Amino acid sequence: MRYSLLNVVVNGLTGNRFAKPAWRDPAPKPAYDVIIVGGGGHGLATAYYLAKVHGIRNVAVLEKGYIGSGNAGRNTTIIRSNYLLPGNEPFYEWSMKLWEGLEQDLNYNVMVSQRGIVNLYHSDAQRDAYARRGNAMRLAGVDAELLDRATLKAMIPFLDYDNARFPIHGGLMQRRAGTARHDAVVWGYARAADALGVDIIQNCEVTGFSRAADGRVTGVETTRGAIAGGKIGLAVAGSTSRLGKMLGLRLPIESVPLQAFVSEGLKPLIPGVITFGMGHFYISQSDKGGLVFGGDIDAYNSYAQRGNLPVVEDVCEGGMALMPMIGRLRMLRQWAGLCDMTMDGSPIIDTGPYPGLYLNTGWNYGGFKATPASGWCFAHTIATDAPHAFNAEMRLDRFRTGRLIDEKGAGATPVLH
Amino acid sequence: MLITCPYCGARDAHEFTYLGDAELIDRPDPAGPEAEAAFHAHVYLRDNPAGPHRELWYHGSGCRQWLTVTRDTRTHAIASVVAAARPEVAR
Repeated sequence: MRYSLLNVVVNGLTGNRFAKPAWRDPAPKPAYDVIIVGGGGHGLATAYYLAKVHGIRNVAVLEKGYIGSGNAGRNTTIIRSNYLLPGNEPFYEWSMKLWEGLEQDLNYNVMVSQRGIVNLYHSDAQRDAYARRGNAMRLAGVDAELLDRATLKAMIPFLDYDNARFPIHGGLMQRRAGTARHDAVVWGYARAADALGVDIIQNCEVTGFSRAADGRVTGVETTRGAIAGGKIGLAVAGSTSRLGKMLGLRLPIESVPLQAFVSEGLKPLIPGVITFGMGHFYISQSDKGGLVFGGDIDAYNSYAQRGNLPVVEDVCEGGMALMPMIGRLRMLRQWAGLCDMTMDGSPIIDTGPYPGLYLNTGWNYGGFKATPASGWCFAHTIATDAPHAFNAEMRLDRFRTGRLIDEKGAGATPVLH
Repeated sequence: MLITCPYCGARDAHEFTYLGDAELIDRPDPAGPEAEAAFHAHVYLRDNPAGPHRELWYHGSGCRQWLTVTRDTRTHAIASVVAAARPEVAR
């Protein structure tokens, strides 16, 4: 059923008595052309673009819990394409372009709001670094503006501009950046993929893989029985090493918790997304009014999906240094996602080291914005057995060959990214 | 999270800095056979287990000693804390 204004009015007036579930709840078939493990945004987007762009509709998405229960439901909903390096920027800009047309494409309100992002700078060196980044973005055809202090002050008057240690001199702005509604992204992709024939199978945990004599991965064993697959793609973020272990793979990934926070609801206050350039702190305001913010990862391996108090303290200190007016605000909720940190801070979308296997992983703490392009590029990689130009450098073997995509220049230490 | 340092007693995780898998102490021999593959694995590849994990922590705000902590990555429960076997290379 196509959603429309008429649809909303009719269902509203009839108390949703005639509304149908947005996607089916099928039992797994014995075999599929493609199996995607992981029913988050990336996995569902992959299935959608496989069906829509490549005509591969005999596809299953397997999810161990309910769809969107992992990082897709645990992020701070920021979308942006303000990257520096040629291996990253075209990919993230393609993601931004897909975001801009996503609601029409999916016929679903994913609440994309291009309210802009400002990365603040606090020193001459940081201004130069942001000028370089902005110029790199503009060379790649992306919008970027370097704002001076006066312009910024008119736009965001409430920051602590004259902080003794970290005075704010200006910021790098991308106006097309913004936020989207994380749950709606998952549900929109699920509904659109389901309509094209994709089976979304929830409460179905992968417990092993079946392999042919030549090493080809030929299927998965799950809590709902064995399922054969012509091609098998992993899009499980922080759990990639767990599945990799079942396949005898060691990966350049550590799983680390990232916490996020939301305050009590306020009237409209923060116009877009603001990031502190000295502490690690970023903040925006949700459409419900809560301030959504986050900071550093908890810097140790964990699969617990929760963090510890030192990072809570650190994030709140960053917030207070940037905008002291939030000091009396009460924090409503706090949660953590399970980040798949790679050794250079950039993702991996690649054909797997075994035939029949495909990898989508290494999103660090920035996977949400990448959701559309990640699905689009992973679908291309699975359908054609070769990466698209957008993910041509996001290879697994780059750590062996030395072709790292190191946005921060931080080296082989995942907690620094 | 509390880490019970063998020198200082139970201390808040705030006092410690995390390095990573305790295998990082065992640096490959650069003159050994297959050194390139061994260094690729040493620098980039990790077991990253969901379960007990032997890992290196530095007690920077305490005794400034390197410790090998065995911690369950699913629950954060710490099973043991001992002085790192070769503290001179655990950095």
